[in-house]
Parts: sequence; structure tokens; C-alpha cells
Amino acid sequence: MNDFLDSMGLQALSLQGFGPLLAQGTWMTLKLAALSLLLSLALGLIGASAKLSRVRVLRMPATMYTTLIRSVPDLVLILLIFYSLQLWLNDLTELMGWGYLEIDPFDAGVITLGFIYGAYFTENFRGAILSVPAGQLEAATAYGLSKAQRFRLVLFPQLMRFALPGLGNNWLVLLKSTALVSIIGLSDLVKAAQNAGKTTNNTLYFLILAGLVYLVITTLSNRVFKRLERRYNIGIKGLAR
Amino acid sequence: MKPSVQALSSHPNTPTRSRPAGHSHAVADSAAVKLKVQDLYKRYGDHEVLKGVSLHARSGDVISMIGASGSGKSTMLRCINFLEQPDAGSITLDGQTIEMRQGKGGARAPHPAQLQNLRTRLAMVFQHFNLWSHMTVLENICMAPRRVLGVSAQEAEARARAYLDKVGLPGRVADQYPAFLSGGQQQRVAIARALAMEPEIILFDEPTSALDPELVGEVLKVIQTLAEEGRTMVMVTHEMGFARQVSSQVLFLHQGRVEEQGGAEILDQPRSERLQQFLSNRLK
Repeated sequence: MNDFLDSMGLQALSLQGFGPLLAQGTWMTLKLAALSLLLSLALGLIGASAKLSRVRVLRMPATMYTTLIRSVPDLVLILLIFYSLQLWLNDLTELMGWGYLEIDPFDAGVITLGFIYGAYFTENFRGAILSVPAGQLEAATAYGLSKAQRFRLVLFPQLMRFALPGLGNNWLVLLKSTALVSIIGLSDLVKAAQNAGKTTNNTLYFLILAGLVYLVITTLSNRVFKRLERRYNIGIKGLAR
Repeated sequence: MKPSVQALSSHPNTPTRSRPAGHSHAVADSAAVKLKVQDLYKRYGDHEVLKGVSLHARSGDVISMIGASGSGKSTMLRCINFLEQPDAGSITLDGQTIEMRQGKGGARAPHPAQLQNLRTRLAMVFQHFNLWSHMTVLENICMAPRRVLGVSAQEAEARARAYLDKVGLPGRVADQYPAFLSGGQQQRVAIARALAMEPEIILFDEPTSALDPELVGEVLKVIQTLAEEGRTMVMVTHEMGFARQVSSQVLFLHQGRVEEQGGAEILDQPRSERLQQFLSNRLK
């Protein structure tokens, strides 16, 4: 490959030995994004249920969570949560008389991003749950389905139809936000590109490369979301796009 | 007006039954009361919707609840299977009273297991059908028998197809999604869904009110067949002609109370002024 580019006089377009580093960075970004997505989806469903609950003790903290998280910049939150997580853990280990425990930056990154995006997904799911016609759940109740069955068999499959467009959107934002965790020491795609750029004195080239990698990931995930939307739109008239 | 006067009207408890209209209901037969709803009260905030309504259904009874909108008839029906939580009163099915527990703020919730048991024995047909839109007709009908009654998949499907046949929807309809059916077809599927539970009582909440006029007939025909089979049914309806034809009891509700009740003949010879007014206000 390199020989081929050399012969074409396009040496600048090769990876100049940084291929493995960039691949590792991409892998790190994907892992971070995917795990944070899982965590934030779970938090989002829990948060939405709490916000729609009749019990005030559940509603209040959920409202505080979404209000607070969504009004503070991600970067500030990442720094805040990352450093305070370690401090809290230090306090805890000291209190319990355990040895020093260091939080793995990767775990911290996942927890932080998951926690932040959980707030956005909470609003996402809340809107979706409210969009499901009440009669759908009423029928499930009248026919004796348990609470868990109502959620699994009726509410979830129907709310996904309303949630997916927003989920797809938030997933893209989440994916790109993983770039922020490079500041807490994780070598994600952006970090790898920066390193390669500095060493080769060709930062622009490697950053564009990184941008293209993001583009590929987002394009592929858009396809997945389209497919999911089609699946959850089943049975809906005039929406089979 | 005493709201909780026991309904003495009854019906010969035979499985096949022609229209009872015009017959007198003076004779109380000895058949046990199947469903006894006693002195239901329900309020939303300051607005008292039900002020002590009672209903006694014997096996094979077809009870129609009529009344102006806001009279509480739909709320009454929805209290029977606890889609609405009544504030006071009791519901007894086959001599077994649903125990209500004292909850916070006076609202009383029955025990979940007992509630589920009750709901599996009372199937409901809704005004807006409420078929699950993400499931095919077959899945809709099989869902509760499988998930709630624990019937096997084959058995549930066999039941579903048999009842689809019965409501006049054999064949390919089974694999379609509700949104692609006409209102009349959807409501008949909903009736098949109720029948598949093999319920002791079917509750109908204005089953034809959301239908285009030309589709009302096909649904009423199905309900009439069920009445003729001797099924016990409680129905909220605006179809006076139909109520006259199939009902063994008619309850006229006005402002949360039973204003008048009796056999179907009260629709022809209303005693109370309000029922007279109500009937004359609508075209026959």
C-alpha cells in the first residue's frame, strides 16, 4: 500500500505507520459510545418512568436529574464527574478501611457519558411514552396483563416508534461527545489522530481522517436506525417508508 | 330516588333466547346473581360521577346502561373491572366479593391477584376498539389467552380462528394489522379477542359509537348472536332500538344515579319524566 502511494507521489496520504494507533482509537471510541449508549438507555427508561410516576418521591429526583444535567455543558460535567468520582471513591475506601482504589478512566468515561446522556434519553422516552395512545395500555390492563407484561408486550414496542427518531439523533451527539473524554486521558480516535498529527507534522490530514471515520460510523448507524424504525412502524398505515 | 333498589328484572335462564322486548319481568327467578355491583361511588375531585349505583346480573342477562353523556354509565362500566378505581361500593362475582384495600388518601385498591382473576373473567370491548396496533389480528386475539391464562400457542391460535369465524372474519384477516381493517372489522376482531378469553361476562363500552353508520349493523349483529347464545353481557349503548331488542334489563342513569330500571319495556313505556325526555330527544 505504502509502496503504491509512494510510486504515485502521494506519500502524504498514507497512514505513515499510524494505522494501528488510529484503529485502536476508533475501537476505543466505539466501545465508549456503545457502552455509554447502553447505560444511558437504561437510565433513560428508568428516568422516564420515574418522571411519569404518580409518586412524588420518584418524580422529584428525576426532574432534578434532567434539569441539572441538561443545563450544564458536557465538558464541565465530564471534568466534574470524573474528578469527583475519584474523590468520592477515596472517601469511601478510607471510611471502610480499604486500600486505595483507582477508577479506570475508561469506566469513568462510560459512567460519565452514560449519566449525561441518560438525561437526554429520559426526555426522549418520556415524550414517547406519552405518545402511546392510552387505550393501548387500557386494553392490556383490562385483559389482566401484569405491569411487567404491559411494559414488555405493549408499551415498549409502541413507544419505540415514537422514541427512535430522537434516539437516533441523541446517539449521534453521544458518539461525537466521546471525543471529549480524551481530556481525561483516554486515547480515543481524536487523541490518536492528534498524536499522529503531531509526530508527522501533518495534523490537518489526520484530523480529516478522523472526521471521515466518524462519518462512516454515523452513516452505518443511521442505516441501523432506519431499519429499526421500519421494524417498529409495523402495523402503522401510511408510514412504511 | 333510591339508587340501590335491587333489580328484580330477570330473565328466563335459558341458553337460547329470543327477543324479550315487551315481556314483563315481574318474576324473579331463583338463578343466583352472577355479578353484583353494589352502591358504587366515584368522584373526580369535586365532581361526583357515581352516587351509589348498583347492578345485579344473573347468568344470561343482557344489561344495557343508557343515559346522556356525563351520566356516569361509562364510568360505571369501567369500575366493574377496575379500569377506574371506585371510591366506595362492592363488586361480587359468583358470590366472591372483591376485597378492596384501604390505600392512601381513601382510594382503595383490590389485591393484585384477585384483580387479575376478576379481569380474566370479565372481558371488555371498547368504544375505540383498542386493538394492539403493533400486532396482527391473530396475535391480538392470542395475547391474553397465552400470556394471562397460560393457554398453549396451538390452542390459542385454534381458539382465535374459531372466534374469528364466529364474528364473520374467516381467512386472511388473521394476518393483517388492525390499522388496515375497517372500523367494523376492527370491532369484530375486538369481540373475538374478548371471546377468546372465554369470559363469564362481557362488558361493552359503546361498541358502535366510533363506527361509521353503515358499519354499525355488522357489529350489532354479532352482539345479538352472543345475546341469543345466552351470554351474560353488560353494555353501555346509545343504540336504543338495539337495547330494546336484546336487553333483559335496562338501567337509565342520570347524574350518577339509576333514575329508572326495568325490562326492555321501559324504553317503550318510560315511567320517569327524565327517561321520557331522554327518549323523546333522540330519533327512534
